[in-house]
Amino acid sequence: MAGYIVRRVLQVIPVLLGTTFLIYFMVFAMPGDPIIALFGEKTPPPAVVEQLRERYHLDQPFIVQYLYFLGGIFRGDLGTSFSGQPVTEILAQTFPVTLRLAALSVFFLMVAGVSVGLVSGLRKGGIFDASALVVSLILISVPIFVVGFVAQLIFGIQLGWFRTTVGTGAPTQDLILPALVLATGSFAMIVRLTRASVIETSGLDFVRTAASKGLSRKRIVPVHILRNSLIPVVTYLAVDFGTLMVGAVVTEGIFNVPGVGRTVYQAIIRGENPTVVAFVTVMVLIYLVVNLLIDLFYAVLDPRIRYAK
Amino acid sequence: MPSNARTRPNQQHYVAPVDETPLLAVDSVKTEGKPSNLWTDAWADVRRRPMFWISLALILIVVIVALFPTWFTQVPPNNDCQLANSNGAPTEGHPLGFTKQGCDIYSRIVHGASTSLSVGLIVTFLVAFLGIVFGAFSGFYGGWIDSVLSRIGDIFFSIPYILAAVVVMSVLSRYANVWVISLAIGLFAWPATARVLRAEILRVKNSDFVMAATALGVSRFRILLRHVLPNSIAPVIVITTLSLASAIVAEATLSFLGVGLPSDTMSWGNDISQAQTDLRTAPQVLILPSIALSITVLSFIMLGEALRDALDPKARAQR
Repeated sequence: MAGYIVRRVLQVIPVLLGTTFLIYFMVFAMPGDPIIALFGEKTPPPAVVEQLRERYHLDQPFIVQYLYFLGGIFRGDLGTSFSGQPVTEILAQTFPVTLRLAALSVFFLMVAGVSVGLVSGLRKGGIFDASALVVSLILISVPIFVVGFVAQLIFGIQLGWFRTTVGTGAPTQDLILPALVLATGSFAMIVRLTRASVIETSGLDFVRTAASKGLSRKRIVPVHILRNSLIPVVTYLAVDFGTLMVGAVVTEGIFNVPGVGRTVYQAIIRGENPTVVAFVTVMVLIYLVVNLLIDLFYAVLDPRIRYAK
Repeated sequence: MPSNARTRPNQQHYVAPVDETPLLAVDSVKTEGKPSNLWTDAWADVRRRPMFWISLALILIVVIVALFPTWFTQVPPNNDCQLANSNGAPTEGHPLGFTKQGCDIYSRIVHGASTSLSVGLIVTFLVAFLGIVFGAFSGFYGGWIDSVLSRIGDIFFSIPYILAAVVVMSVLSRYANVWVISLAIGLFAWPATARVLRAEILRVKNSDFVMAATALGVSRFRILLRHVLPNSIAPVIVITTLSLASAIVAEATLSFLGVGLPSDTMSWGNDISQAQTDLRTAPQVLILPSIALSITVLSFIMLGEALRDALDPKARAQR
């Protein structure tokens, strides 16, 4: 087990270096001079420009800048945005909002997606199953920003059930609609995975044993079938973390949620390279760590993974 | 050793006489006619599915609209716009009404089809090419080649591809066109295909026919090209069809975020993005191109699903 953990953690290191380099390289290639852009219409005095360039290491060659950046990550220092606010501070303000949005969204996903998938799987081929498949197909096909606008139009403007934009401090009741929209992106996959998994589990020997032991359906379905069907669904949530993050950028933009997604989007528009790099890096780090944890968690659950070469 | 009356000549163990054994599956195999393989089985399966034919018909319509937009509308999408018609209701000759700029919505939808389709196709070719090269080499050769190629794939895979495309597109905003946006999407979307192909090749390369080819002295590269790859390409075809759908969505998403195609390029994503400010007063301006976009995406997803059901025996068994 220890050997597996070490091997898996070591595998992450080149990926980590590669992704940070790739992101930094892409952002470094962005057009426009951020220092000049900082002053807008005014022409800054050359000495000030010089000093700012030096402070942000913009006078150094690219690879040196990257090393500064990498060193910063290891010290937990992600630099300052051009507005002078440390990136870690912006993260501290925006991250909890996005975390709440994502958690709420995953909650809706699990409750709605798993129950629809479970019923579909248990009544395979029935009317409910067929209509759930059609609805999930349609939901996959509609881009999330369209879902967002339509939800905003119907539930926010016409019915007036929710506020169309999120208020200051992002109270949880304002996040319900954005979280539902965010959940639609992965809903179809969760339904299908749960359905397939329930169908597979229902045919296994231990389910038949439980039934022949005289257990009631009420006990077999949640304890024997559902619990054992959830494993692939939970893995998919980890793999799908990327979709959730991109979805957050779009949804937070539409509903004006003061979270990480909106910050990234605005930073790209303004050309605030360090902010973009820092946030995308943090997103990638979170993604890598989540996937690493899920892999390790699986190795604990399933010895075949541990010993596989 | 006394010869057992029930043992046939040259047999050490008891075997029931032919007239006592029921018809075996082997005996009922038709020997005349073409032998069936994965592709003929898949075709026999897929042609009985209504979903396959519906999706194919929809795709055909979108392709014809994209290739010959003037067959469907005579109204120019860009030049004939009058601000007096801003967000206007449908009138004679303008069945879907007008955009904010007073352009004909129907004409813009018809002319926007080619953009979405081109982005989808270019991304798909790029993803299929990179995915097949990386997946085939890492799966077939293994060892350090696999380690290096898989790690490169991991790096690209661990950046959500729309996020990466946002960064690439802001770098190249001055040069934004269909090719650049396709490159930005495709560059980060291929590792999923590579992983699928690699897994499939790992399964196929230990087959008996590969060993037979090796024993005959066929070169490694030729084995990969002629024997392993054709037998592991099925899941790639499925995932490629689905990636065409995601590429179309990705283009629209980037245009929505404002880092997609230039605003004067006709594209459903741009039209949706420009209509968002008037969502309250004129929702149809946003919803109509969204419907066109969603139907196109839906038809490719349906095609992919039909192909998956036909080409993946595991999925077939599960139904």
